[in-house]
Amino acid sequence: MTVTVIVIALLLVVAIGIYNGLVTLKNQVDNAFKQIDIQLKRRHDLIPNLVNSVKGEMKFESETLEKVVQARAGAVNAGKSGSIGDIAANEGMLSQALGKLLAISENYPDLKAIQAVKALMEELAHTENQIGFSRQLYNDLVTKFNIKQQVFPNNLFASMLGFSPAVLFELPKDSKERENVKVEF
Amino acid sequence: MNIYEQQTKNKRLTAIIMVVFIAFFLFLGLGFDYFYASFKPQAEPVFTENYDGYYETEMKNQPIPYATIIAFLVGCFMVGNSAFNGAQMVLKSTMARRASSLNPKEKQFLNIVSEMSIASGLPKPGAYIIPDYDLNAFATGFSPEKSYIAVTEGLIAELNREEMQGVVAHEMSHIRNYDIRLMTIISALMGAIALLSDFASRGMLRGRSSRRSSGKGGGAIMIAIFVIWIIAIVIAPFLSRILAMAVSRKREYLADASAAELTRNPKGLISALEKIRNAVSHTKTINNGVAHMCITDPRGSLIEEKLGFTADLLASHPPMEKRILALKVMAYGQ
Repeated sequence: MTVTVIVIALLLVVAIGIYNGLVTLKNQVDNAFKQIDIQLKRRHDLIPNLVNSVKGEMKFESETLEKVVQARAGAVNAGKSGSIGDIAANEGMLSQALGKLLAISENYPDLKAIQAVKALMEELAHTENQIGFSRQLYNDLVTKFNIKQQVFPNNLFASMLGFSPAVLFELPKDSKERENVKVEF
Repeated sequence: MNIYEQQTKNKRLTAIIMVVFIAFFLFLGLGFDYFYASFKPQAEPVFTENYDGYYETEMKNQPIPYATIIAFLVGCFMVGNSAFNGAQMVLKSTMARRASSLNPKEKQFLNIVSEMSIASGLPKPGAYIIPDYDLNAFATGFSPEKSYIAVTEGLIAELNREEMQGVVAHEMSHIRNYDIRLMTIISALMGAIALLSDFASRGMLRGRSSRRSSGKGGGAIMIAIFVIWIIAIVIAPFLSRILAMAVSRKREYLADASAAELTRNPKGLISALEKIRNAVSHTKTINNGVAHMCITDPRGSLIEEKLGFTADLLASHPPMEKRILALKVMAYGQ
């Protein structure tokens, strides 16, 4: 009798410990995803300004600019639907288009002389980096969260307590965005 | 060694240093009371006959150890002060000012700081600029919630975005590891000890004459303690310097490695360190008390480049050569 009570009490203590650890990590993961979201919104707001201010100088690159605008529209739509895989794919497309635009802009020395454009470019580089770093943090936390669910003895309790593995923020394996930026002259 | 061990180690070491500092103050105060202020609880009372024929006891010494009490309070105050205002004191001593978002280069620095705070998952530290043309940087503060990163104007002008990211990531790692707490406390207390030993050695010259009255009951043990007391006053500044140096060297490797982990790009920090190394001039605005906090030795001495015992004892940073090599090994796989 007493033995059963002790065993149950011990199991309960272990389960509580596991539950608290997982809940903490789950909240950190959610928060990290919000951070990515903030940065993505920021990028969406920046792009129209950038496109407008470089349009005049980059007349011959209207195709590249058009691609950026389209990719942005796609990313904004994906953001509304909210599935992580969808968002990652569309944002990846936008990153690709922006990367190409930034690379091409190196060929326009006049553009770099304009203070406003320079400031915008820095702002964009900053946002790109923040997206990258917040994604890095998110993925690190997701990995930690998933590992914590899968190790023994946590794996016995995790699904019972209602936890499921989180999804990494990454590009689909076969996506075009995995190719490097190519600039033709 | 992982960062959690490093964090607990740093917090513990900081607490130990605080306690030792207060104990040291107590010791100095007791010595002062004993040797100068004739506080002597075990002394024989003097009996004198008064008018009524009674004997009246009279203590020739004063019963309250004023200096000890004052020293204890001052010690506690200094420890508290260094914990609450240490970072501001350090920043003020280098004449650092807040980075302004109006200047494009400084705006970039501010952006990089917020990027690295996202990458490390810590709150955003304050960004400061030191008015100096040499290349250097340091981080200070008591905890990640209240921390500051300062870089020189030269660094802002010379480094590109990637290199700057490496340097800021290096400082961010110091913040995350709680190196800043230890370093800032040591800096603030080092200043206090220098001030105190100055004060005490002056007091010693003045206090000579009054000492004779209380010195006779001493014996060999008293003389020995007196000698130790004087030595403690004289060598305290040197000891605190060596402590600061020893404590800071190992940390640089770990911070370099963590910086590479945060940016996932060791090359940025490598080329930044190479630029910093080639600009070996004196960072004038950074004084000795802050030297151990910087990314490279601001005294511009070449002792960092040497190996061996003296360099091990006195250099505040590991040889740049070794640091760059360690980072290159990390970059090799990329």
